[in-house]
Amino acid sequence: MSEQIVDRQLTPRGARQVPSAPPRPGTRLVRLVEALWRPALLLGAVFAAWWFVAEREYVANYLVPTPAQVAAKMTDEWSFLLRNTFVTLYETVIGFVLAALLGLGTAILIAYSRTMEKAIYPIVLFAQVIPKIAIAPLLVVWFGVGFTPKIVLAVLIAFFPVVISGVAGLRSTDPELIELSATMGAGPWRTFRKIRFPNALPHLMSGLKVAVTLAVVGAVVGEFVGADKGLGYVLLVANGNLDAALLFADLILMSLIGIVLFMLVEVAEALLIPWHASRRSGVPLTTS
Amino acid sequence: MSGAAVELTGLTVRFVSRRRRTVAVDDVTLRVEPGEFVAIVGPSGCGKSTLLRAVAGLVPPTAGSVTLLGQPVTRPQTDIGFVFQRPALLEWRGARKNILLQAEMRGLDRAWAARRADELIELTGLTGFERALPHELSGGMQQRVALCRALLHQPPVLLMDEPFGALDALTREQLNAELNRIWRETGTTILLVTHSIAEAVFLGTRVEVMSPRPGRIVSTLPVDLPVERSYAQVMTDERFDRLSSSIRLLLGAGANH
Ligand SMILES: Nc1ncnc2c1ncn2[C@@H]1O[C@H](COP(=O)(O)OP(=O)(O)OP(=O)(O)O)[C@@H](O)[C@H]1O
Ligand SMILES: [Mg+2]
Repeated sequence: MSEQIVDRQLTPRGARQVPSAPPRPGTRLVRLVEALWRPALLLGAVFAAWWFVAEREYVANYLVPTPAQVAAKMTDEWSFLLRNTFVTLYETVIGFVLAALLGLGTAILIAYSRTMEKAIYPIVLFAQVIPKIAIAPLLVVWFGVGFTPKIVLAVLIAFFPVVISGVAGLRSTDPELIELSATMGAGPWRTFRKIRFPNALPHLMSGLKVAVTLAVVGAVVGEFVGADKGLGYVLLVANGNLDAALLFADLILMSLIGIVLFMLVEVAEALLIPWHASRRSGVPLTTS
Repeated sequence: MSGAAVELTGLTVRFVSRRRRTVAVDDVTLRVEPGEFVAIVGPSGCGKSTLLRAVAGLVPPTAGSVTLLGQPVTRPQTDIGFVFQRPALLEWRGARKNILLQAEMRGLDRAWAARRADELIELTGLTGFERALPHELSGGMQQRVALCRALLHQPPVLLMDEPFGALDALTREQLNAELNRIWRETGTTILLVTHSIAEAVFLGTRVEVMSPRPGRIVSTLPVDLPVERSYAQVMTDERFDRLSSSIRLLLGAGANH
């Protein structure tokens, strides 16, 4: 008991923990290295294994090309690859943004109205369980070979995690906060904007991270079925020509799109919810 | 019968769910005059929170009626400040912004609200923690923020549901003293629910004792202590002891403190 009192007086818990010591210049770099060395090591190991297998031709080079061959392909064909990367990126981003907006809208309807929940949930679930690859040809028949069917597929595939996470987030509001808001005379819009939506953000951001990686899959699957551009189309071409180097280059670019977009959503998350438990930084200040 | 700040007449609240029916509040009649500080004590689960929520219009009465400031209560009331059992703060807002939520939700004048918030922060000793997020505050500080938020719009009636229940005895006494001062300075009518007998006697001008479920008011005890109180003074007052023991008797063995 007496210890507690002493503790209370000496270190008020609300104090910013390290106001006196300015961050040392090297710390950010150190932290970056600390965060990255493990994945970098793993990636390096995979790369080394690839290089070893391909260079020694344990597997024929027309099946597994060497890193040098892939790099050469990338530099030779850079404008062709870049053009098609932008096509897939465009479809993915548009698809993702639409899925995020539609998904959030649907989540709001479901979270706010029992009737809507009963009406919409079965449709959402149906749209999720139906194999997207199976309906891709249908979409091509309906929308032609342009951007539309790819975007529609990306939306269809990325939509579900947004809805689920959005509903979970909106439903997780503390009922006392809703009551509090009622005693403040706030209407539904203010309650949504100031309480329910920010409260749902951590959930929603996890859903968006899943969604953005799925949107890439949607766009590529759409290109598989009928396209004359995009990384999915390049993959078909490479396959037809038995051009393994192009195929590998293409795969690397597809993955890059997914990784970069994922990281962008992570940055958005860090900016939007720095307060959330998953992002808190306050570590106790120790003298040692 | 106007003039009362809060008036309950035969208030009964029953909850019916699939498996059980609970009578939370049973035929409670209670009149609170403007400026009074009424403390309600009772064992856990006797319906104290439900009673308070009925006054705020958050739970509809099954029978009987509720009047607040002369108006019948049929929906959530806005002429009140409500302090919940838990602080219920927005975890993404700093202390000051949490207090200002009250103003934003009501669309109050910003400059006025900002000045008022600073006043309250000063009054409750939160100075220096204006920007601290709830998880960076101690339990007592969080509850102070909740109190400031409830007082920001200068409500004529303040409803408090075990606001200091989760705090250690020392912080609790300190906040009790602050609340006593706030009440004296603002003249707000206060309805406070607690299961601490000492808190009820220290703060109230009147103590209402409730029975275990179904919640009824079994006794009303006026507190004849001076309006301005401090623990050091009150604890040695024999009237305090006398009141405390009668409440303890009324509650039986059910209550702590
Ligand atoms: N929304 C509800 N639905 C069903 N039963 C409820 C509901 N709210 C409260 N009750 C029941 O009503 C009774 C009184 O609850 P209440 O929360 O008012 O008690 P309390 O006196 O505030 O208890 P405590 O001191 O533990 O906070 C309890 O038996 C509880 O189970
Ligand atoms: Mg309660």
